[in-house]
Amino acid sequence: MSTADTQKPARRANRRASAIIGAIASFLVVVATTYLGLLAVTFFIGRVVPIDPVLAIVGDRAPAHVVERTREAMGFNLPYYQQFYLYVKGVLSGDFGTSVLTTNPVMADIRRVFPATMELATVGTIIGAALGIPLGVLAAVKRGSVADQIVRVVGLVGYSVPIFWLGLIALLVFYARLGWTSGPGRIDVVFEYTFTPVTGFYLLDAVINRDWAAFKDIFSHIILPASLLGYFSLAYISRMTRSFMLNELSQEYIVAARAKGLSESRIIWGHALRNAAVPLVTVIALSYAGLLEGSVLTETVFAWPGLGLYITNSLQNADMNAVLGGTIVIGSVFIGINLLSDLLYRMLDPRTRIR
Amino acid sequence: MFIGKLNGHFRVLLAGAAVSALVLSAAPSFAETPADTLVQAWAIDDTITLDPAESFELSPAEFLGNAYDMLVRLDVADTSKVKPGVAESWTVSDDGLTYTFKLKPGLKFASGNPITAEDVAWSFERVVKLDKSPAFILTQFGLTKDNVTEKAKATDENTFVLTVDKAYAPSFVLNCLTATVGAVVDKKLLLEHVAAVTPTDDYKFDNDFGNGWMKTGYAGSGPFKIRDWRANEILVLERNDNYYGDKPALARVIYRHVKESATQRLMLESGDVDVARNLEPGDLEAVSKNADLTTTSAPKGTVYYISLNQKNPNLAKPEVRQALKYLVDYDAIGSTLIKGIGEIRQTYQPKGVLGALDSDPFNFDVAKAKELLEKAGLKDGFSITMDVRNTQPVTGIAEAFQQTAGQAGVKVEIIPGDGKQTLTKYRARNHDMYIGQWGMDYWDPNSNAETFTSNPNNADDGTVKTLAWRNAWDVPELTEKTKAALLERDADKRAAMYRELQQAALDTSPFVLIFQQTEVAGLRGNVKNYKLGPNFDSNFVAPVTKE
Repeated sequence: MSTADTQKPARRANRRASAIIGAIASFLVVVATTYLGLLAVTFFIGRVVPIDPVLAIVGDRAPAHVVERTREAMGFNLPYYQQFYLYVKGVLSGDFGTSVLTTNPVMADIRRVFPATMELATVGTIIGAALGIPLGVLAAVKRGSVADQIVRVVGLVGYSVPIFWLGLIALLVFYARLGWTSGPGRIDVVFEYTFTPVTGFYLLDAVINRDWAAFKDIFSHIILPASLLGYFSLAYISRMTRSFMLNELSQEYIVAARAKGLSESRIIWGHALRNAAVPLVTVIALSYAGLLEGSVLTETVFAWPGLGLYITNSLQNADMNAVLGGTIVIGSVFIGINLLSDLLYRMLDPRTRIR
Repeated sequence: MFIGKLNGHFRVLLAGAAVSALVLSAAPSFAETPADTLVQAWAIDDTITLDPAESFELSPAEFLGNAYDMLVRLDVADTSKVKPGVAESWTVSDDGLTYTFKLKPGLKFASGNPITAEDVAWSFERVVKLDKSPAFILTQFGLTKDNVTEKAKATDENTFVLTVDKAYAPSFVLNCLTATVGAVVDKKLLLEHVAAVTPTDDYKFDNDFGNGWMKTGYAGSGPFKIRDWRANEILVLERNDNYYGDKPALARVIYRHVKESATQRLMLESGDVDVARNLEPGDLEAVSKNADLTTTSAPKGTVYYISLNQKNPNLAKPEVRQALKYLVDYDAIGSTLIKGIGEIRQTYQPKGVLGALDSDPFNFDVAKAKELLEKAGLKDGFSITMDVRNTQPVTGIAEAFQQTAGQAGVKVEIIPGDGKQTLTKYRARNHDMYIGQWGMDYWDPNSNAETFTSNPNNADDGTVKTLAWRNAWDVPELTEKTKAALLERDADKRAAMYRELQQAALDTSPFVLIFQQTEVAGLRGNVKNYKLGPNFDSNFVAPVTKE
């Protein structure tokens, strides 16, 4: 064997390794800049809001010396650039500051509220995708039929009806009238003494504790708000599925498959949907990330102690540490989910793999 | 903002929702709360700490009022008096400077530790040294970080002596001690939970007096103990079997955080909660018409007012101040906007407090107002802005006032804003007119007299930022009088002085007082003995029973 022959694969491996390192490096640069931009914009918007943040900490009735002392302790008397520098420095060492509203470390608060939102969003997205994709496929296959029209109307209603109104209707009908589901909140008070949250994801906690009565109750609490959120992502997912499917179904390979005599269901589910799945992953991921921000209105109507309410409340009180912390978490969620859908792309679409 | 908008359109949408629900005529489903548990739906997101030395918000006042005991308690039967709490009796020395409290013998904290005068003294010490928002209620007696261990001390196991710096009216001192900041905490238990801190210029002590632990912990002796609190979610009170007085009939009281009035009503109707605490007028009406439900209410120590910044030359004219008091349609507001949630009140002391003046001299009178405006040289009226937070009922009242004031040529431009935003502007004295509310800091007439009718230094950098200061109302005479009332040891004479101050405010102040808040609750029919108190720390739940 000549040396040239052995060097070739080695060089190829090297090139491949450096391509991967390059990809990772450029990814990291993008992430770092995104974060810094996110922080800077949120920080300065927060500081120009005409609300005195000290007011939120000590309340309207606190005496003047307490107000002044708190202002100094929080560093609000420093110039903005110094405050920003201190903040970024803290974040880099893992300190996101203290929420002035709850007096807890921001990350402790977020660890408390985020699981509630994430649990709701996850169940909602599962419902939305599980129903939205088949409906979208149906609408695309039976294009122009009554079924297509029905799916279109369902989607339109999902888009245009205000969510808190629908939430109240759902509560009135399924909770107050029919009694099929439990009411607002995450769990009944009767479980207060028997159920101890471990992870903060109550469904998961119930499974860990093997507490099936609690699981049933939690499920009956989550199903209504989750269905509501699921309905909204269903509206979006089914429309997108329909258009992706229509695009695929008009491709030549479908004609070829039909000519080969493949069954229609094999063509639709095995070939067309398989190809439509690639962009669909992004759609679902983005709608999931959207739900993870927390829906303020759903959380209000269903008394759900989640991230949406937390951030809105903080914003109204100029509790900037909490808002910034929340923004970073949401930003991370978006970046993380984008990354995840990128990985899924590569699994689903061989052309995007790094060679 | 979002939430404000939501509330605004809520009625209409809810009506729509109700109509749609009628389509389904199935019998409503019904759940029931456990027989030994009272479940309340209440917006408890203002609870940020459970430490009595730090807490100064409304919902925690109720939790602490039920879970802690103070030296003396407000007498709910006659709210101008106090009654024994941990203290069995007390005496005031002839010079009015020394208060000696004898504790009831044999009392125990919920933890089982005995309650001693040492616990009382330490409770005072930690409040003064931590110096959080409510600390001024105690430090106004001359207690400082340096002298507190001398001025508030245990002379023996059952005797606690408090030395004040001036011969204050005893009613004032005792009233202040009923506040939650006066709660007696379990020193022995708390010492197990103190955290070390590095002393700084601002905080010269090497430990946190258990403040960190107490944010969510409990070290008290009230009829209930606080078992659990998850912010924005739930708070659980549990019967304290070590309590010396009448034991609560119910084993526990659970507060569930529910913000939305319509949601609370649904939960109450379905029996998922026994009490709903934030019902808005529309929902309240529906609840009061429901045969299975009842309502209860009590006037609270919060008053709503429109204030006139004296930096504005037009508003500074005495005739204009009085004219505006004639331009509020009190009757219309009382019968619609605040129906069930407030009562018209034109004096600044809430009903029930010592020396409260019950006088409502103003009515809606355009002719009278025009006459006064003409006297002020403003025959054709004037234009003015008004900062209004975008929540009800203040938005509605501001709009009503805009309309009625317009009839006398006063053109009011409403500047809507978020609560904290309008408040920031108000506190900087940058407003013309402002509509706001004021809740008493502690159950004594000095609390409101001090803020409405005293202004020690009207300069822009004045440090005592009372409401009079915020409106640049410079009143040296009334300021002196307010101070004098504090030192009047005869309770009747003292009450008379406060009535005079309120009369002066009616005649000359830049405050157009509109109404006193009423707290209402919707109850399930089987809930008995549920009574709201005059302030949140006297919303006692111990007597409540369920049939």
